[in-house]
Amino acid sequence: MDETKRNEAYNRYVKAKIPKTKAWPSLFNSFWVGGVICCLGQGINDLILYWFPSMAEQTAWAYTLIVLIFLASFLTGIGVYDKIGKFAGGGSIVPITGFSNSITSPALEFKHEGIIYGIFVKMFTIAGPVIVTGVVASFIVGLIYIFI
Amino acid sequence: MKKNQTVKFRNKPKIIGSYSIVGPKEGKGNFAPFFNYIMKDDSFGEDSYEKAEKKMFEHAIVKAIEDAKIQPDDVNLLLAGDLLNQIISSSYAARNFNYAYLGLFGACSTMAESLAVGASLIDGGLFDTIVCATGSHFSTAERQFRFPLELGNQRPPTSQWTVTGAGSCVLSSKGDGPRITMATFGKVIDFGIKDVNDMGAAMAGAAMDTMLAHFRDTKTVPDDYDLIVTGDLGKLGSEILVDLMEVNGVKLGLNYNDCGQMYYMRNQNMLSGGSGCGCSATILNSYIINKLRKGELKRVLFMPTGALMSTTATQQGESIPGICHAIVIECDPQSADNYYEKVSTTKTYKTSRGNRKKGA
Repeated sequence: MDETKRNEAYNRYVKAKIPKTKAWPSLFNSFWVGGVICCLGQGINDLILYWFPSMAEQTAWAYTLIVLIFLASFLTGIGVYDKIGKFAGGGSIVPITGFSNSITSPALEFKHEGIIYGIFVKMFTIAGPVIVTGVVASFIVGLIYIFI
Repeated sequence: MKKNQTVKFRNKPKIIGSYSIVGPKEGKGNFAPFFNYIMKDDSFGEDSYEKAEKKMFEHAIVKAIEDAKIQPDDVNLLLAGDLLNQIISSSYAARNFNYAYLGLFGACSTMAESLAVGASLIDGGLFDTIVCATGSHFSTAERQFRFPLELGNQRPPTSQWTVTGAGSCVLSSKGDGPRITMATFGKVIDFGIKDVNDMGAAMAGAAMDTMLAHFRDTKTVPDDYDLIVTGDLGKLGSEILVDLMEVNGVKLGLNYNDCGQMYYMRNQNMLSGGSGCGCSATILNSYIINKLRKGELKRVLFMPTGALMSTTATQQGESIPGICHAIVIECDPQSADNYYEKVSTTKTYKTSRGNRKKGA
């Protein structure tokens, strides 16, 4: 048996042997935690509008995001958010709180390498690709928008 | 030229001192009663985890020399290695010792690599006393190979937890202690696994290759050993190894186990088990050497495995090469006799109301 064939056979065997993640419980957990985070966002938004009735709705959204980003960043700093993430998976990664976590966590991790080479350089190691993808996607959508 | 991968040591270098230090999480694991020192805090009083790892190294080396009851000046050579880039923990720790130093990299197999090299040097009469040390730290390995600690991501069920811990032992041509009788140097084996979260499967091939070579060269079978222990294949990897060996006509029985698999308690939820240099090093330098000294284990085949990958290579689409070195450690025949005498004595005592002679 030559090497490629052996490796293919081995990979097939390992794939069959790997314990599978239980899909339904993880989906359920990420659904309800994600939902709670969204409800929290809506609640903050409603509160802001309740306290400052004269505020434009769009400005209130911006403040809501700031509050959510701060909360996630704070929870990352005190070591709680990674526990939520371990439990909820996508449910806590997809909302903006997950984005905040992905920027705060490398900043914390690399602070020993100095402010510039540590925090500033490494801050976007995980969030960077998301930003690049966002920019590229909006560029493509913009192009399509011109032509239709 | 000899085709054998196995060397037999005529002078049988002895392990005269050993020491293990582990982090708090490891201190709650299955081997907690055997470790010499359990850190209360995994930063070990330092301001970065890299410095903590270095300090663990220094601590382990100093205490192993103390345990060997020799003078620090008696040591000729320090053999050490770890997981970090440019093996900084061991090299930076070596700054503080006035010993000749060889840095080794065998990923998680470094403990066996250093012992095999050290035993060869001593057996050849080139050195008298050699210190072998290795270790790893969860937080430093995680940031080098994976994600920041505080990132809220989930780990797949095959992933393993890098052990925070360091182990060190002193090899010498003189003195008493368990002796290294054979060593099998492994080849780099790659079965084409690319998933960095599945190290067990990537390294199982190397473990199989070395194990087969060892049994072939030494004409032994698994039953000749009291304990056959691999390093950090984890739950999945060790199951794969058992299957692979069975395909090759060798049946591994109850005397086979894996350090990574045994390391943590089930309720610690460590998925596939422990990994890292510290995984096999701390178990060897605590549990295994302890049992060998007492004579409760007589002959151990210790074969840690290592995944020789870097993040750059994996990102470029390379598969993960693995390596495995094996060493055979045997207990001092004297201590084995003492142990069996003790066992038979206690048995006699219980069954015959103690009116028989001791050791009869």
